Amino acid sequence: MINFKGARAHKFAESPVLKLRLPAWRSRLMALAILSCFAVLIGRSFYLQVLNNDFLQEKGDSRYRRDLEISASRGRIADRHGDVLAISTPMKSVWAIPSDARLTPQQTKQLAGLLEIDIKELARRLASDKPFVFLKRQLPPDVGEQVAALKLPGIGQDKEYRRYYPSGEMTAHVVGFTGVDDKGLEGVELAYQSQLLGHSGSRSVIKDRRGQIVEDVGSIKPPQDGRDIRLSLDAKIQYLAYSQLKQAVTDYKAKAGGAVVVDAKTGEILALVNWPTYNPNNRERLSGAQLRNRAMTDTFEPGSVLKPFTIAQALESGKVRFDTIINCAPGKLTIGTATISDSHPHGALTVAEVIQKSSNVGAAKVAAMLSAQQMWDMFDAVGFGQVSHLGFPGEVSGRLRPWKSWRPIEQATMSYGHGISVSLIQLARAYTVFAREGDMIPLTLTLTKADDNPVGTTPVFSQQTAREVRAMLEMAVQPGGTAPKAQIPGYRVAGKTGTAYKLEGGQYAKKYVASFVGLAPASDPRLVVAIMIDEPGGAQHYGGDVAGPVFAGVMSGALRTLGIAPDISLQVAQTPASKEKL
Amino acid sequence: MVRFNILLLLAAVLCALSVVTSQHQSRKLFQAMESEQERAKQLDVEYDQLQIELSTWATSPRIDKIAREKLKMRTPEPAKIITASASRSEVAR
Repeated sequence: MINFKGARAHKFAESPVLKLRLPAWRSRLMALAILSCFAVLIGRSFYLQVLNNDFLQEKGDSRYRRDLEISASRGRIADRHGDVLAISTPMKSVWAIPSDARLTPQQTKQLAGLLEIDIKELARRLASDKPFVFLKRQLPPDVGEQVAALKLPGIGQDKEYRRYYPSGEMTAHVVGFTGVDDKGLEGVELAYQSQLLGHSGSRSVIKDRRGQIVEDVGSIKPPQDGRDIRLSLDAKIQYLAYSQLKQAVTDYKAKAGGAVVVDAKTGEILALVNWPTYNPNNRERLSGAQLRNRAMTDTFEPGSVLKPFTIAQALESGKVRFDTIINCAPGKLTIGTATISDSHPHGALTVAEVIQKSSNVGAAKVAAMLSAQQMWDMFDAVGFGQVSHLGFPGEVSGRLRPWKSWRPIEQATMSYGHGISVSLIQLARAYTVFAREGDMIPLTLTLTKADDNPVGTTPVFSQQTAREVRAMLEMAVQPGGTAPKAQIPGYRVAGKTGTAYKLEGGQYAKKYVASFVGLAPASDPRLVVAIMIDEPGGAQHYGGDVAGPVFAGVMSGALRTLGIAPDISLQVAQTPASKEKL
Repeated sequence: MVRFNILLLLAAVLCALSVVTSQHQSRKLFQAMESEQERAKQLDVEYDQLQIELSTWATSPRIDKIAREKLKMRTPEPAKIITASASRSEVAR
């Protein structure tokens, strides 16, 4: 039918093929097939772009978008004048991915030199089969920059913080320290962890080829730096207490010691030191003894420093007056099977002299006039047997047994501070009752602002009682009292000594705790200082001899530092002649 | 009609160019801000380090030592202290 011989002569338009009539469905089928291909493509792209776009979006973002962490620093701890006690500064830690770190011997040598580690040790770490190794932590930032400048493969850096304690061992027990990851482990660092801790923020950015940030994308989460904490401590007074205590512990060959200085007007703790102590900047080879914050976590039987409370309760309930005569002869008193004795036998003493001479017999006789419940209520009111609510780790409540289980001998011994155990901080707090007009104020370790509402005080004794006891305490420091060494020239001082036997395994050992708690200036007390010396090993062990001078040193320095005017009319102190007669 | 179209085209090109320049400007400014912020951070760190240094130099034991040994200072005797006070009664002399 078709003449192919003449094909060359044909023009396309005349092609006989075109003249064939194909069935119409063939072209329609093709058109449909192509259209449906388009539909599938559009559908797929709609699916990828709109419905299920997470995966591709993520892949795309990862090409140019980076999430950066904005680090936040831990809050500072400062004393009441703003002197820094603890502060963080950024450091670098250098790490390696051993499988990626292929260094030439020369590079290894350079790196070892910068990191100050042994070259063999470095090579060993780089050869380890772990996926990630720290090469050195806590490097100064400038060294970190030098390491970065070497541009070594597989070696990277992280930012971390290091905490410095400029005042070192002086404030170690109060401030405490942190572990590696900014976690408070002791002291204020632990107690105020949630406030000190900073929360790092984050931002996502677009970076260009050179690694420079081009713009922010999305929202920025700002970092929250930790809050700074202002303590009530006074660095100068803290130093005074520290140096005096350290000296005393060495001089009297004691095992340990503690000192607390409290502002009686505000309840602020101005100084709190313990010996032995440690350097928080270098915590290698620490022993438990060094770490213990004795003033807060150790309780001891305080001895005679508790007598004023017994006497105050007796005065308060009207059983005795300051001049009531108590017969303390012959220096011994037998209750049941036990005998109470005085270290120096006394005759008849007034109640005031019982405090001045520190007579155990006298105190026991006065206590016998009181009911057990009365005494318990009073001890409880001045805070014995309760934690002091400073929010400090390891605070102890001490031991004050319920009055119903007291035997008469126990009530007698408790009157002079045995059979009851307290911490030094409790003792200091209890004495604020005499430093104030018979009321108690809660202690605080943080700075109280002048415009803060005065915290609620709890009345314990009447003003009259507090003043009378204060006068008795003044007698104890004067000639004829137990602690003439606690005198401070120019100031009226009131205080009480304590020399207690230590309990070891339920028995009283021939070891002592010498203590002194006092207040000054007695005309309008501002400071309470409590000193405790544990196991003085020298010839002297009485509170008046061992703790008294420490008290005088700390108190006189603190009064001077705070600029408190002397309250003795200066004539006594002014003429050198009269001073020599004393 | 053609002229109007050319005018529109020109306007579009101008707009496009200005978008490019402003984008460029904004990136430059952003980078400047970025580097200033970095500097601020650096200065913060330096401030902290200086604070550490300051408080290391100003520790009480060091002051005490220098005052006593180098400057030969001492606590005055009580007899030599005159207390100045607003109230007449406390002035002893």
